[in-house]
Amino acid sequence: MFVELYSRDSVLPLIGILIIVAGFALRLNPLLVVATAAIATGLAAGHALVDVIAAFGKAFVDSRSVSIVWLALPVIGLLERCGLKERARAVISKIQVATTGRLLLGYLAIRQLTSALGLTSLGGHAQMVRPLIAPMAEAAAETRLGPLDDATRFRIRAYAASADNVGLFFGEDIFIAIGSILLIRAFLDQNGIHVEATQLAWWAIPTAVSAFLIHGVRLLLLDRSLARGRADARPDAEGAAQ
Amino acid sequence: MISLEFVNVIMGVMFAGVAIVNLRDAASPKRYNNAVFWGLYAVTFLAGSHLSNFVNGLLVLAMVLVMAVGKLGGPPAEKSTPADREASAARLGNRLFVPALTIPAVTLLGTFTFKYLYVGGKPLVDPKQITVVSLGVATIVALIVGVVMLRPPASAPMVEARRLMDAVGWAAVLPQMLAALGAMFALAGVGPIVATILQRWIPLDTPFAVVATYAVGMALFTSVMGNAFAAFPVMTAAIGLPLVVQRFGGDVVVMASVGMLSGYCGTLVTPMAANFNIVPAALLELPDQNAVVKVQIPTALLLLATNVAIMYLFVFKH
Repeated sequence: MFVELYSRDSVLPLIGILIIVAGFALRLNPLLVVATAAIATGLAAGHALVDVIAAFGKAFVDSRSVSIVWLALPVIGLLERCGLKERARAVISKIQVATTGRLLLGYLAIRQLTSALGLTSLGGHAQMVRPLIAPMAEAAAETRLGPLDDATRFRIRAYAASADNVGLFFGEDIFIAIGSILLIRAFLDQNGIHVEATQLAWWAIPTAVSAFLIHGVRLLLLDRSLARGRADARPDAEGAAQ
Repeated sequence: MISLEFVNVIMGVMFAGVAIVNLRDAASPKRYNNAVFWGLYAVTFLAGSHLSNFVNGLLVLAMVLVMAVGKLGGPPAEKSTPADREASAARLGNRLFVPALTIPAVTLLGTFTFKYLYVGGKPLVDPKQITVVSLGVATIVALIVGVVMLRPPASAPMVEARRLMDAVGWAAVLPQMLAALGAMFALAGVGPIVATILQRWIPLDTPFAVVATYAVGMALFTSVMGNAFAAFPVMTAAIGLPLVVQRFGGDVVVMASVGMLSGYCGTLVTPMAANFNIVPAALLELPDQNAVVKVQIPTALLLLATNVAIMYLFVFKH
């Protein structure tokens, strides 16, 4: 349908998007798919292979700080070997009112508030979710419902990760010096429109409150769903605790 | 001055350690593949700032090749038994939390204090990199606290880091690979092409249609790019500014702020946002790499609908 308005060359760079969509649909290895899409996009835009590989290498090296979370793993691994997860479980199992949903709701609130204050690196999947939040969420369910099967365990872990993401995404935009607000201002400035960071942050609040309500309710509903799943399960079908 | 390069070198040392532990693990059938993969990754941290862009590109492609052709081995079995860990947890009690909580505590402290520290008239920490450097310093302090407190064998931190890195595997590198893809899209002008197609082919006659197309478009394009920052300039130049603001007289602040947050709804549902969705699935050892995405889909859809409503209600009221 682009034939009349677009020459073949002008839409060719979209081949990268096509490769991504096809690759994920076919469940190929994402790292391979993304690398292929990146090289193909550069070539389709008419750049020489050497230049494409160089641009690719530059972008990869320039974004190394994304991977800084891995630096937490030596100490987290060391603590796990000495029983950190077991201790996190023991602590939470003593708190009578703690349920999986309420615990994750509390983490969502803290994550969103600290992100709104610009403290986005306080949470995170490597530093907080794996060693502390996920084991606590599992333990809270175990205390109430007995040993969990693997599927339930994985489901609780996925919810723990989601609480971190939702809290971060819909908290950080309330902080005026965060990347997204800087990007919006820079883009609008280029178009000759000046806006204040505080106004942008203010208008992030309605969505932030909605995100907390929507995801919070879903976290509390998780408790019900876990209890119902337990009532339905046959006792002999339960997996052994790890 | 402590700059990003300091953090890069520390990371390089850690990945080199992960490679060496793999190499020395005769029990692992894929030990050479894993050692080469993490070894190459270590080189991009240790020497990446000094090598040419082309050589860096070749290193990354070699990593992809090792992973795709040779395959990587999974993590080794845990050396400690559950009984050991229960006993250790009972003995150490809540002191175990101290090193773990040192990470956020020192990060916080660094974020607030590093900007005031000067050595010989120069800032101690690169002012532009304070958050990243704080986090890097915090992990090192936490490791020191952990080692002093627990007195493990000297090799334990690296052995444990290797166990966790091999559990995460290739997903560890995906966020950087996606950043490289984004740069390539920018180089090839993918954004403007999509914007042109959108403007020509989508009928936008009413204020509601325009607002809904902009918000949903932000979410969709974000899920393709894996990043709302890449989608925002494209969608806002194509629909936000010309239609929402100029044609229908909408407020630019509401449009931009809620538009960006609509993009974040897209981030929740895409494997392309690897560090938020794929990496935690790997870190939490979930068999389904899309498990986190699946849990987030209902929240993302409800919140996107809410964003359309918020934008429609408030963008034209000024």
